[in-house]
Amino acid sequence: MSLLIKGGLVVDPSRHLEEPLDLLVDKGKIVAVEPPGQIPENGRRIISAPGLVVAPGLVDMHVHLREPGEEYKETIATGTRAAVQGGFTAVAAMPNTLPVNDTAAVTRLMLDQARDAGNARVYPVGAVSVGSKGQGLSEYGDLKAAGAVALTDDGLPVSSSMLMRRAMEYARTFDLPIISHCEDLELRADGVMNEGRISLQLGLKGIPAAAEEVMVYRDLTLARLTGARLHIAHVSTGGSVAIIRLAKAMGLPVTAESAPHYFSLTEAAVLGYDTNAKVNPPLRTDMDVASIKEALRDGTLDAIASDHAPHSSLEKEVEFTAAAFGLIGLETSLGLTLKLVHAGELSLLQAIDRLSTGPAQVLGVAGGTLAVGAAADITLIDLNREWTVDASTFASKSRNCPFQGWTLKGKAVMTIVGGKVVWEE
Amino acid sequence: MEFRHKDLLGIADLEPEEIRLILDTAASFKEISVRPIKKVPTLRGKMMMTVFYEPSTRTRTSFEIAAKRLSADTQSLTVAASSVTKGETLADTAHNLEAMKPDVLVIRHPASGAPHFLAQRLKCGVINAGDGLHEHPTQALLDLLTVQEAKGRLDGLKIAIIGDIAHSRVARSNIYGFTKMGSQVTVAGPATLLPPYLETLGATVTTSLLEAVTGADVIIMLRLQLERMGQGFISTLREYRDYFGLAPRHLHLAKDDVIIMHPGPLNRGVEISPEVADGPNSLILEQVTNGVAVRMAVLYFLIGGEKG
Repeated sequence: MSLLIKGGLVVDPSRHLEEPLDLLVDKGKIVAVEPPGQIPENGRRIISAPGLVVAPGLVDMHVHLREPGEEYKETIATGTRAAVQGGFTAVAAMPNTLPVNDTAAVTRLMLDQARDAGNARVYPVGAVSVGSKGQGLSEYGDLKAAGAVALTDDGLPVSSSMLMRRAMEYARTFDLPIISHCEDLELRADGVMNEGRISLQLGLKGIPAAAEEVMVYRDLTLARLTGARLHIAHVSTGGSVAIIRLAKAMGLPVTAESAPHYFSLTEAAVLGYDTNAKVNPPLRTDMDVASIKEALRDGTLDAIASDHAPHSSLEKEVEFTAAAFGLIGLETSLGLTLKLVHAGELSLLQAIDRLSTGPAQVLGVAGGTLAVGAAADITLIDLNREWTVDASTFASKSRNCPFQGWTLKGKAVMTIVGGKVVWEE
Repeated sequence: MEFRHKDLLGIADLEPEEIRLILDTAASFKEISVRPIKKVPTLRGKMMMTVFYEPSTRTRTSFEIAAKRLSADTQSLTVAASSVTKGETLADTAHNLEAMKPDVLVIRHPASGAPHFLAQRLKCGVINAGDGLHEHPTQALLDLLTVQEAKGRLDGLKIAIIGDIAHSRVARSNIYGFTKMGSQVTVAGPATLLPPYLETLGATVTTSLLEAVTGADVIIMLRLQLERMGQGFISTLREYRDYFGLAPRHLHLAKDDVIIMHPGPLNRGVEISPEVADGPNSLILEQVTNGVAVRMAVLYFLIGGEKG
């Protein structure tokens, strides 16, 4: 059945477009984009969109769906349900499952589960090393053939510089990007939050910004050595931003993401030992937040990705030092990003780019555009809808959300994947 | 002035007037310990439970004596030998203990914030007897009482705290305590054991013991955990003693009436020479006596007295 989305404001960063247009969808594809009223209604399902933003479907390139292995925290069905409720039509699933997604069989299982769930598209990310143990390379060719779109040992760094060099070279062989979780484990030691004023006050061991930055620098120099496509995950410090900006200016094929919590919260969120604010890399300082925002504006950061990391009360209702790192983000990511738009810190076009076009291009997947002929992955957004974050209403199985009770302005009201309305308010 | 807290989690949470109130009350309780019958009925029928997840002899004993002097019942739980090894969570352990209806729980735990975790979940009072690297409020209170008695005041003094500041909850509580009462705290140690941002707590920071003790009214030496050497924080005990151990030759730099304190247990010959530990300026044993008194006062305010 064909859909006619009428009267909305089309915001399409892939063509620098921000204007009132009608959109016709047929057989899962966008077949016409025309000035308002030009496309006849005859017999089509009409989606009335006055006052709404019509955006290319949002893409979250960094989520943990926990399946296979930790289905008590999240499943592919619940995680992708959370995605579409948050406005995301596609997510990239990190490989730190049980077993690790280091073989085509696990990749295929993820894709099967995603297809059966029928929510958002899932792009599996394969492991850099077998079992993400940092020793031998996994089968990049087979992983790609099965549907993996990138490689990472996320959750852990690739500590060996030599293995990272080989991984970059081998990934280049199959034209896959490497997504690097930059962390020097020895410098992190047993740190549990940002090393600074608050860690001192709370008596919690700190993770210095340098634990991230030395690895960002290492991976950038290795990317220069190998010519591989490198993507830096979850950038949290102003120092990392500065090095990445420099590398981009030098013409290195590097991209980077940050997460909404790194521009919405500081280390002060940990006060009171709130385990929902325990995340790796840790929440940093006001100055880091300012740097992340600046980097989102100037394009040093290509993508906003939630690093959605569901954990149950078993991992979070414990002493701070014993709690797991991570927080959920699929259902707050858009609202927190739009906060920057309402504050004038990011244009609407920039925001949609970092949430859709940017990450789609980093991964080299379809999406991120409303051009005629593209897959009809579309998110309708009410920019002015005020709502209160209540994790108990989330589709995610987990509740580890540090934004509980926040009032946000702006929300997805309809999510369309492949021409099918998979969620509407 | 009233003491309005359900729990005692840290010195950071206390107002100077509240600290003053506890110290004055503790001073008046000291007399009980020298009576022929060392007991008053103030907390009769109340129950204090101690739960220690780290080994400790003196702090736990001090709390138990304090409770007994006030006629409270005491029960202690040695956790390593019971539930923890069965995998019970801290929350479950706490709820089980509360079901036995203690009036106050005294907890020592290796995780910073563990007492806060309990205080948020329990109706009974919680006293922090040392949590991770965070705070040890009753130690700071007994140090304050000891200085108050020796100097007759707590303001305008120069307090030197020397040693492993990074891993010391005693240092944090004392920085808060002495600063709040109007004294000036200087901390000293090798930079590996001085966490960044210490100055934001109001302390002066130096890597020189000599600088810290110069003109000091009070010198507090901290215990060096011997495993710090293996962890690469210091080179050798020999060098540590030479640069950061307090010896008689340092005392002439301080005020004539300087007092020397140490939270114990001592590493004699490492952070403090035997001559200094046992010398005329040392108040180390007076600290232990005062520990009982301040813990009596804290118990009194949390589960006795006006709130009763």
